[in-house]
Amino acid sequence: MSGWETVIGLEIHAQLATRSKIFSGSATAYGASPNAQANLVDLGYPGVLPVLNAEAVRMAVKLGLAISATIAPRSVFARKNYFYPDLPKGYQISQYELPIVANGSLEIVLEDGGTKRIGITRAHLEEDAGKSMHEGIAGMSGIDLNRAGTPLVEIVSEPDMRSAKEAVAYMKKVHTLVRYLEICDGNMQEGSFRCDANVSVRREGQHRFGTRAEIKNLNSFRFVERAINFEVSRQIDVLEGGGKVVQETRLYDPDKGETRSMRSKEEANDYRYFPDPDLLPLELDAAFVESVRATLPELPDQKAARFISQYGLPAYDAGVLTASRELADYYEEVVRLAPADAKLAANWVMGELAAALNKENLDVGSGKLPADRLAGLLARISDRTISGKIAKEVFELMWSTGSSADSVIESKGLRQITDPGAIERAIDEVMARNPAQLTDYRAGKDKLFGFFVGQVMKATGGKANPAQLNELLRKKLSG
Amino acid sequence: MSDLHRRTLTELAAGLRQRAFSSVELTDELLGRIEASQGALNAFITVTRDTALEAARTADRALEGGGGGPLAGIPIAHKDIFCTAGVRTTCGSRMLDNFVSPYDATVVRRLRNAGAVMLGKTNMDEFAMGSSSETSHYGAVRNPWNRQLVPGGSSGGSAAAVAARLVPGATATDTGGSIRQPAALCGITGIKPTYGRVSRYGMIAFASSLDQGGVLAATAADAALMLREMAGFDANDSTSVDTPVPDYVAALEEPLAGLRIGLLKEFFDKGLDAGYERCVREALKVYESLGARLSEVSLPHLPLSVPVYYVVAPAEASSNLARYDGVRFGHRCENPRDLSDMYRRTRGEGFGAEVKRRIMTGTYVLSAGYYDAYYLKAQRVRALINEDFIRAFREVDVLMGPTTPTPAFAIGAKTADPITMYLNDIYTIGANLAGLPGISVPCGFVQQLPVGLQIVGPHFSEARVLNAAHAFQRATDWHTRVPEGYA
Repeated sequence: MSGWETVIGLEIHAQLATRSKIFSGSATAYGASPNAQANLVDLGYPGVLPVLNAEAVRMAVKLGLAISATIAPRSVFARKNYFYPDLPKGYQISQYELPIVANGSLEIVLEDGGTKRIGITRAHLEEDAGKSMHEGIAGMSGIDLNRAGTPLVEIVSEPDMRSAKEAVAYMKKVHTLVRYLEICDGNMQEGSFRCDANVSVRREGQHRFGTRAEIKNLNSFRFVERAINFEVSRQIDVLEGGGKVVQETRLYDPDKGETRSMRSKEEANDYRYFPDPDLLPLELDAAFVESVRATLPELPDQKAARFISQYGLPAYDAGVLTASRELADYYEEVVRLAPADAKLAANWVMGELAAALNKENLDVGSGKLPADRLAGLLARISDRTISGKIAKEVFELMWSTGSSADSVIESKGLRQITDPGAIERAIDEVMARNPAQLTDYRAGKDKLFGFFVGQVMKATGGKANPAQLNELLRKKLSG
Repeated sequence: MSDLHRRTLTELAAGLRQRAFSSVELTDELLGRIEASQGALNAFITVTRDTALEAARTADRALEGGGGGPLAGIPIAHKDIFCTAGVRTTCGSRMLDNFVSPYDATVVRRLRNAGAVMLGKTNMDEFAMGSSSETSHYGAVRNPWNRQLVPGGSSGGSAAAVAARLVPGATATDTGGSIRQPAALCGITGIKPTYGRVSRYGMIAFASSLDQGGVLAATAADAALMLREMAGFDANDSTSVDTPVPDYVAALEEPLAGLRIGLLKEFFDKGLDAGYERCVREALKVYESLGARLSEVSLPHLPLSVPVYYVVAPAEASSNLARYDGVRFGHRCENPRDLSDMYRRTRGEGFGAEVKRRIMTGTYVLSAGYYDAYYLKAQRVRALINEDFIRAFREVDVLMGPTTPTPAFAIGAKTADPITMYLNDIYTIGANLAGLPGISVPCGFVQQLPVGLQIVGPHFSEARVLNAAHAFQRATDWHTRVPEGYA
């Protein structure tokens, strides 16, 4: 691979979380029985007309503002004409020459910790198509138009990414952003968030872009990474073998881990775009844009910066904790309820909690361990009721039983021993039972200190406060 | 035998309200005339006898109680381009021969709510593509003035039905002249409102930026009465305009004195039939006698209307008609081998020659490499034509000229040569490109055939245009002439 540079641009399709479709009043909910959510407009019946959903416009503007883009004062819906059975009108209403959002950017964090700005050429509104079903109906295909007319925003990046990892980092960043903005549920299994990747390679130092292939419909971060890496190797192989990369559309086959040609440029459709005469140009004034700006939440980068300054967290922690709004909110709730040690809270959220959630394939919003429960545990660590080590045991019990930290500590008798008299009594007993070790220690065998700590801990069931134990033990042993 | 058919829609509305006769009586008479004329004129594709009589009975009950809408009990016909719930809506095409609409067009709903009684759906050029009503899958419509001649198109069925007094009024649509041209050729009154004045929802699209629903009736007063009920904003049509609808009927009697009339220089060209021109010039003299002031106005880009139209309209049509693919409704070919075969044969069988010609033309002008030279340039010229009109309306209140270059022509005379057919719309297309309201009123006869005077006004000046047409009809009786055999 050396001597080659990879160039990647992504076209991300995010389904907007409106209740109704972009040009009709049908519901957009996922999973209804086929065609239950397709009305006459969605079915493209003779005489019907589209009416633009204002909520979809508001969501696109939100996105535009969040990526510091220009919101077009006038954008135009156009028809993209092609025949396909799941495209009811024979054209898709999209935006072509004048999109609603242009010239934005996002910053991604690279593996070495550095950052990189990824340009976003444009984002435009369009309607989704339905889907064809080729199984279950003998000799025929079925058409489900529930998805037809679902609002999408297509976010087109500049060819600014130079590796599959950068592409994934960018896609994750957009994914985080649209969920923060509450304009897309980000559900990749259901196809709410997917992308096409434009991939090309060129000799290092070469200025001109190589011929690109477009890999269609990638619906997981892992697939994006694998498909791009496969495609890059394939193109390099072709070029090193003296061949030429063909401009074409390719499909990624996740089972085989390879991309396959779908159609070449010569076979590509001529979409015959022209402004849709059924829809007036979309005109947005500054007052509208400002009213949308007023609804913007704190964005991921702003939140991460605040976490660093407000909670004294390292940049890495701030990045992880702000990756989703739910996680960030959870963290802040924990800190609010257990304010003694924000870093301790970060460690627990990113460590024990994340691991436990991950293991059961849950997310933080699942409610399995509410923030107040975790805060209750952290409070007991901070007030030294339990040690950090015992806390992990408590956490596991809280996770499996749903009990609070206090009730686990009480019922299992895990409360840390902080009564100096009790600790001293335990020390005395251990010393009495181990006269030989005591003599050796006093003769200068300092290493035996650890032995006594262990013995006392064993005697107290691990509950002795470690700091107190150390102090009292040292005093007693030295006689 | 009853002779209610001789009355105008305005007179019928008054008579029904006075209970001089019943809607059932009227409806029954007109249904009889429709059925009797069908062999000769072929004006209807579907006659809805039973539902019409039922609606008439309902209207009579409302009228008995002193209720009912402004059109209570008035029988009308809808051009078969308007979707009518539960009734076959064919758009004159084999493609929709089996299509029963599940919903009503906004125009249909509004007229029903006003009390109108639908007698049936009128014949038309396939998908409104034509100027002669010959391209219908259901056969050519014939002109009641001379059955060897065309009634004009594409709203030829509605025009023939009104001219033959089968209905006092009918809906129609006008994309390049499809209301005004058949009105002229059939000796009746036809108004195409401002683009956006009447909802296009449920009106099967031909060329979306040009299509506009309107009325064919015997008189301007009748047209005003119907249009008042049809016009208005519709949330289902994003291009409909949310401005109040004036009372067109109340505005009819406003005095005409001082009206500034612009004679469209470009319309009195060498293509205009000499006898036709004499009638139009006589009509203008009538206006002068009513106190109007005439001046000549030139719209330099107007002669480019036809080429612009035959780029823009087919482009939009090629896209609008893509939905007829045999998948969800309408015609589907027998035993398709695969998807491509289904598309090819369904559309090959379902569409007629003129529709195919326009789909191909439209596809071509939108294609990569041709878009700029054709579609984009046409849109630029369209803007220039629009500016010409706006400039003209700074000088004059309305523009007048002939509606068509010639009176009705023989069936079959122009079918072999689409260009001569297209030129029949040369005077009407400008108003569509600029979205202006236009009306055609009968203003004389040449070779025993009706001649139409066209009046075009600024955007949303329907009241003014109807008022000018009505003043002319108060001063003349051309609009009262009925073809022999239909009086």
